[in-house]
Amino acid sequence: MARRLPKKDVVIVGLGWTGSIMAHELTDEGLDVIAIERGPWRDAPTDFPPSYMQDELRYRVRHELFLRPDQTTFTFRNKMDQTALPIRSWGAFMPPNGVGGGGVHWNAETFRFLPSDFVLRTHLTERYGASFLPDDMTIQDWGVTYNDLEPHYDQFEYLCGTSGTAGNLRGQIQQGGNPFEGPRSRPYPTPAQAQPFSHTLFAKAARELGYKPFPQPSGNLSQAYTNPLGVRLGPCTYCGFCEWFGCGNYSKASPQTTILPVLVRKSNFSARDNSEVTAINLDKSGKHATGVTFVDTSGQEWEQPADLVILSAYTLFNVQLLLLSKIGQPYDPMANTGVIGRNYTHQTTSTVNGFFNNKKFNFNPFIGSGAIGMCIDEFNGDNFDHGPHGFVGGGYVGQVQTGARPIESTLTPPGTPKWGAAWKQAVRDNYLSTVKPGTGVHGSFYSYRDVYLDLDPTYKDRLGRPLMRMTIDFHANEIKQNRFLTDKFAEIIQAMGADHIAKQYRTPPYDITVYQTTHLNGGTVMGADRKTSALNRYLQHWDVPNLFVLGASAFPQNAGYNPTGTVGALAFWAASAIRNQYLKNPGPLVDA
Amino acid sequence: MRKKGFTDASLRRRELLATTAILLLGISSGRASEIFGELPWAPNAGNPPTPARPGPWLFFTGDEARAVEAIADCIIPPDPQTPGGKDAGCAVFVDRQLAGPYGRQDGLYVRPPFQAGARNQGSQSEAGPAQHYREGLAALDRACKAKYTGKAFAELSDNDKDTVLKGLESGDLKLDGVDGEAFFAQIINDMQTGFFADPIYGGNRDMVGWKMIGYPGARYNYLDWVSRHNEPFPLPPVSLTGRAEWTPRTR
Amino acid sequence: MRRFDGKTRLRGALVAMLLATAPAAAGESDPQDFTQIERGRYLAVASDCISCHTVPGSRQPFAGGRAIETPFGNIVAPNITPDRETGIGAWSDEEFDNAIRRGIRRNGARLYPAMPYTAYTKMSRDDVVAIRTYLNTVTPVRNAVVANTLPFPFNIRTSMRVWNALYFTPGEYKPDAQKSPEWNRGAFLVDGPAHCGACHTPKSFLGGDKTDQYLQGSYLQGWSAPNITDDTRLGLGGWTVDDVVAYLKAGHNRITAATGPMGEEIALSSSHMRDADLKAIATYLKSLPGAQNAPRPLPADNPFMVAGGAIYRDQCSACHGLDGHGVPRLFPSLADSSMVRSDDPTTLIRIVLRGARSVATASDPTAPGMPSYGWQLDDPQVAAVLTYLRNTWGSAAPAVSTQDVSRARSDLASRVD
Repeated sequence: MARRLPKKDVVIVGLGWTGSIMAHELTDEGLDVIAIERGPWRDAPTDFPPSYMQDELRYRVRHELFLRPDQTTFTFRNKMDQTALPIRSWGAFMPPNGVGGGGVHWNAETFRFLPSDFVLRTHLTERYGASFLPDDMTIQDWGVTYNDLEPHYDQFEYLCGTSGTAGNLRGQIQQGGNPFEGPRSRPYPTPAQAQPFSHTLFAKAARELGYKPFPQPSGNLSQAYTNPLGVRLGPCTYCGFCEWFGCGNYSKASPQTTILPVLVRKSNFSARDNSEVTAINLDKSGKHATGVTFVDTSGQEWEQPADLVILSAYTLFNVQLLLLSKIGQPYDPMANTGVIGRNYTHQTTSTVNGFFNNKKFNFNPFIGSGAIGMCIDEFNGDNFDHGPHGFVGGGYVGQVQTGARPIESTLTPPGTPKWGAAWKQAVRDNYLSTVKPGTGVHGSFYSYRDVYLDLDPTYKDRLGRPLMRMTIDFHANEIKQNRFLTDKFAEIIQAMGADHIAKQYRTPPYDITVYQTTHLNGGTVMGADRKTSALNRYLQHWDVPNLFVLGASAFPQNAGYNPTGTVGALAFWAASAIRNQYLKNPGPLVDA
Repeated sequence: MRKKGFTDASLRRRELLATTAILLLGISSGRASEIFGELPWAPNAGNPPTPARPGPWLFFTGDEARAVEAIADCIIPPDPQTPGGKDAGCAVFVDRQLAGPYGRQDGLYVRPPFQAGARNQGSQSEAGPAQHYREGLAALDRACKAKYTGKAFAELSDNDKDTVLKGLESGDLKLDGVDGEAFFAQIINDMQTGFFADPIYGGNRDMVGWKMIGYPGARYNYLDWVSRHNEPFPLPPVSLTGRAEWTPRTR
Repeated sequence: MRRFDGKTRLRGALVAMLLATAPAAAGESDPQDFTQIERGRYLAVASDCISCHTVPGSRQPFAGGRAIETPFGNIVAPNITPDRETGIGAWSDEEFDNAIRRGIRRNGARLYPAMPYTAYTKMSRDDVVAIRTYLNTVTPVRNAVVANTLPFPFNIRTSMRVWNALYFTPGEYKPDAQKSPEWNRGAFLVDGPAHCGACHTPKSFLGGDKTDQYLQGSYLQGWSAPNITDDTRLGLGGWTVDDVVAYLKAGHNRITAATGPMGEEIALSSSHMRDADLKAIATYLKSLPGAQNAPRPLPADNPFMVAGGAIYRDQCSACHGLDGHGVPRLFPSLADSSMVRSDDPTTLIRIVLRGARSVATASDPTAPGMPSYGWQLDDPQVAAVLTYLRNTWGSAAPAVSTQDVSRARSDLASRVD
């Protein structure tokens, strides 16, 4: 029997980036807010101190900061005619867990999407004609524009203290920045990070080939910074233990380092950790959320009533919770009806590794930050003419190597045996002189009719609930896009002076065992048409006006950039709509 | 220090436990706590790693250990500059890992039904690494004894050992009841992981793996080296429990 | 319920400031008198009554029950809410004043100087009556506190007579006509309500002040409180008046941050005091001359210095910087820290072994924490790195020994905070 708690104005499901941003905004509005987080409270001095955080085995190989599949996992298949099997151990992505969510272990790469990304179908149709797009590609416009979001991108960047060089200031192209970016109203809050050797070498080679390289926008700060909330961050020290790890010295932007110290001091905010929300409850009409049910680690169920429910539990868990709570019509790919689970996407990544002469090149590759890098954007979005190439989409490419932790960074040139004396010698010879970009090619992943999420018919989680099922594979468009980008990237790596390069194209089928970023998107997409979207342009659920769903689950398709900047901007955008419109007049903000 | 809004018992969230390798189900001491008023803190908080202690094998039997040590020296042979896998402690590393959460598949989804699937759907095995090693090493020794007149793997000549392993790798040598290719791939992965993991886990003894490649270890501040391009980094590697120079040399 | 949320009531404070130097009419507390209540509230904040008289984590301010650790045992602070049976509601103003300024309880027994009447004696009767007036307005709480918990022979309160004869000089603060009003205000606050000497002046074996080492630092409760005279090496000599004010108000300044008992003091008391008063305190403290001895730093090839340097480079520099200067208002500058050079290394050892969280205030909410190194560094290593910090970057101080660390480690093992 669930025990009922006193009612709050707002209940927030999941205290990661978007939950923290919304909690901050709504407590400032004077509302009584409770956040419920499945995982534990986390903080630098106690959970990722610089005394033992530098442990590749524990945090990168054994994934200690991440969700345990036994808590919940998913089943996976490539195609609809296959049987989906459980993901028993993480591979292709790593779901976050704990206060701070992905904001604790992310790289802190903080990009904005292009203006054309938000009106993608309209834009591509205008330029190339409708028949240029595959029939089963289900990309759509977002319902918001870059201009709508620009002030909120700015808000997120100034919250984080993002380090970068502006490329387009109010329409004026700036030297040294990304000339393709949408116009920004003001410069980055802190200057770009200094780049280590191989990254500057890449930039030089790129420049000589006629490209315009720019420093990757980084949430690992180049200098100490106090954000608008009064929270202070320190300068990144390039430890090389960034992504997969928490930051030990307050220099990576995260909810912990930008919002939580102020949030916990507010008397109208509280949080519960180690408490998993199992359902969002609706009243009899089915059009109004009454609050949530959650379970603590003893198995005791609790009910938290609230007037406003914010679902900010990360893409996958947002969709899963809506499916399990039976909110919104589940997507049926055969009938092409329903919206929950529709337009699921990932990221199309690949890389090219470069092996250099160790007598001439010493890269000290262990020096890096999660968002260090020099990139070029000539092949992102629709920044180039796709006509001759037969695909749409693109991505940035860059030397974005974040460090060289040895378990994962002892590459050997192609043809080297995987063990034995030759292997050992090759590792010895190449460690310091290898360029290993990681996600050197970071391309878009557009949405398709047969790539989606629904509930599995067979497998269950520890609470006896059906697992969510992922049906996902690469389509020809993304494979062509990736081949093109990888070849272009390889030219630059070669031009850096490599003795050997090893291209690693992304090839189908989509492999659940190979890590490809945790940029999972869609499933509860935003849009203008309730037949093809779950949320309106304010991230408000079309069917349940007092439910807002934050995160990349709102993306109708994924662009060629890391998603967090856009996720943060959308959270601020939704918060603004709630504060300035919804609270004054609760109800649908957009006529259906 | 006044802790506003904190219930008393939930204060000690991360006790420093000297001996238990704490299984992280991603949860802490287990009780849900309410966070209100200030950032939680307690002295000695945190979960420092548990170093592997030298001593008898925790998982391997004597026969298994002999085989594993021999394999370690094949995968990472000794040479004049750098010890091999055995002296570097890779077998110890694997032993401690198999005796712990990794070997038991703690935290993984191990619920039925178990069905075979495509390779890209990931392992669907009910058995974890510990069981794989047990079965794999036994099958390996059986195969060697059958092929090399009663000699277990560890008793073979170096050439024969390499031949056997190459056979496993290519699939030419089949093990009964065990996927030899997958087993060997797992051993390679575990051995090489142990060679480059922090020495507290039993492998990479004295940081020999790190010294071999020039990796400076568990350091955290390279601000003075970011812009020094193409110069060798001069400081020796340091582990999570330090390095020899941390102890004052008073004699 | 009145919530102690620490907002400064500026309007009342301004009025109270006007009244601070002009004595109000002598006599009884007037529950109708808003200005008296407000003045009393401010003095209660400056006197930090709430800290000792409230159990940490409790939402019942002033209800008593907190154990105060003394070298002679623990003393439990009484309930000073106006509850008539278990608090001080039934006390007359005279009885209250006797307790605060003369150390005599209602039943005539002596108070132990854990209650700093030796400092509060500097206040005037009007000050104390104002505090009483304010305390009369807080929520009464029924909480019977067992007061006498010291072991024999310290539980014999009559022995306090002798102690008072040795160590207690009753009497209000007398301004020094040669000094500015600001200096006098600072001296009054430091020696009176803020009772800084209670922690910062070393004590004799009987627990009385060693007045010849006034404010030069002391040990208490597993911490060492530093020298707060203007000594350049050990005290506030390297701080400007603004640095002192920032520290007292925000818990953080460009050099360092407060933690432990001082963090609590700032959170509950000085961060809620007027800037002018904080400046007065700073002015007064910086007028106290420091000692003149300046030892030579240990040579860099001393084995503890060498080992300490390696540890520093590999670990501490992650936050405190390669040059020891930290990050202003985030990580303390060890190079500039007088705490690092303290004769008594207790606080240094404690912070390294157990970690520490710096205080959060409205202007500096980040409250960065230092992790605990007790699991990673053994006693000689802790001694080495501390010795290194104290003798590098222009600092000089006696080495920290392995035995210092061992002793501290076993003392700390039984502490809970």
